[in-house]
Amino acid sequence: MKYPAVFSMAAILLFLFLWEGACRYYQVQDFILPVPSRILTVAITRSALLAPHAGVTALEVLVGILISLAVAVPLAILMFAHPSVEKALSPFLIASQAVPVFAIAPLLVVWLGYGMASKVLMAAVIIFFPITVNLLQGFKSCDREYRVLFKLMGADFWQSLRLLLWPWALPHFFAGLKVGVAVATIGAVIGEWVGAQKGLGFLMIQFNARLQTDLVFAAILWLSLMGIILWFIVGWLENKIVRWKFENKIPEKDRN
Amino acid sequence: MDAIAKNHSLSFSLLSEHNTNKGISILRVVNLTKRFDDLTILENFNLTVSPNGFTVLIGPSGCGKSTLFDLLTGVVPKDNGAITWNQHRVDHVGRNAAYMQQKDLLLPWFSLLENAMLPARIGKADRVKSEIKARGLFERLGLAGFENYRPDKVSGGMRQRCALVRTLMFEYDLVLLDEPLSALDAITRYSLQSLLLLLQSDFGKSILMITHDIEEALLLADELIVLTSAPMRIRRRFTLASPKPRRMNDPFLIDLKEHVLELLQEDL
Ligand SMILES: Nc1ncnc2c1ncn2[C@@H]1O[C@H](COP(=O)(O)OP(=O)(O)O)[C@@H](O)[C@H]1O
Ligand SMILES: [Mg+2]
Repeated sequence: MKYPAVFSMAAILLFLFLWEGACRYYQVQDFILPVPSRILTVAITRSALLAPHAGVTALEVLVGILISLAVAVPLAILMFAHPSVEKALSPFLIASQAVPVFAIAPLLVVWLGYGMASKVLMAAVIIFFPITVNLLQGFKSCDREYRVLFKLMGADFWQSLRLLLWPWALPHFFAGLKVGVAVATIGAVIGEWVGAQKGLGFLMIQFNARLQTDLVFAAILWLSLMGIILWFIVGWLENKIVRWKFENKIPEKDRN
Repeated sequence: MDAIAKNHSLSFSLLSEHNTNKGISILRVVNLTKRFDDLTILENFNLTVSPNGFTVLIGPSGCGKSTLFDLLTGVVPKDNGAITWNQHRVDHVGRNAAYMQQKDLLLPWFSLLENAMLPARIGKADRVKSEIKARGLFERLGLAGFENYRPDKVSGGMRQRCALVRTLMFEYDLVLLDEPLSALDAITRYSLQSLLLLLQSDFGKSILMITHDIEEALLLADELIVLTSAPMRIRRRFTLASPKPRRMNDPFLIDLKEHVLELLQEDL
């Protein structure tokens, strides 16, 4: 069962090995493409420089996620409770996805300044759509028979939501959140590229201008790690909260 | 065959349609009509359930039995007809009847006890009292010790018992059962049939049950109603007076089984 992991580890190691070998063999200069071992070394030895900026980016992403959740969850509930609201809002939701969000990054900086706010909003906007859509989809996927049962028990909307629909939608919600956190970091970094005084994206621009390519790669490595850690945190939360894993447990039997 | 049928007609005290209107009833349905587009499911359908009675409906699959329950519970609006609950005209008996079907509809994120207590929780009943009641029912239905198990950790029979406890946690006098045991294996089904009898004998419920299992119908019913398909009508009505629990080796039941089977086959 562990073979896929073994294969992907092997593939990554092979890739790094070829990269390292090719750079050394052709004597590629460090400012063009540094060798992986150097990137790793720099990422570790310069962590005193990288860490505070990584902290800023991480904070932007986390606050962005929280703001996104604070809007997406009530909105998904509202759209589920009132299909007319869903009808009215769906063009906006789709538009928020169709407009590439980095296109509005310069505007956000104009509106909200060079501080964290514009990056937070950037991250929030990016993950807002997958969370809202997945949660709404989760509510809608609840079987009719269960909703009928709750109706017959005399449940009001909030009781149905709390005891039935919310737990039912949780796996969908987490699927959306996982997609979201993976791209939220991208949003924050793009915001930092456009204009910032702190953050890994800001550092990358600085390093790039000075042809400190190894540090650019080190920053990318830190970013990737951050994304992976976020992803695992969400996965861990999902495992803790969605313990029943009901997707395979309720057999879909035909109505008789 | 005809001769046998005639014989049965006498010995089974075959009731005619107008008997529907006699006596007290907990639930009465008069001229119930329902169409889905151009498909007529029910047309002027009549039915009576007497207090603490066990009425069983049996009929071809797809004839509209579940739709009848949807109309009774108000899940689907009726086109026409009257529903009377304890002599009062009502739109439906959704708030007077507990409903149980083939799917146990247990929520996988709750324990068996939490599942069973859902009606009390939603009805904001006293927590302590309803937990005592639920635990008592767990004991009674052979689920003691499994209160804190999640549904996916127990067998189909236990899940259905739990659904039965949940049904009993509704404080309603009428219980609607839509093929509640048909997903279970024969042995489990047999043990649960005796629990269904408890609904009537020990808990004083009035029961309207749908089944496609003739033997199950014969073992449980006070009144057995054989239905036709499209539109659903009452083909025959039998009153079974023999005491319960019954056994299928009773010659009377064996004859009746043959007869009901014939009636159902004529409809194919
Ligand atoms: N909501 C609905 N819309 C249209 N047709 C329906 C609907 N519900 C049930 N039917 C049809 O009504 C008929 C009776 O269904 P049902 O009451 O489930 O039968 P039974 O329970 O007797 O097997 C079937 O032909 C079914 O396809
Ligand atoms: Mg049915």
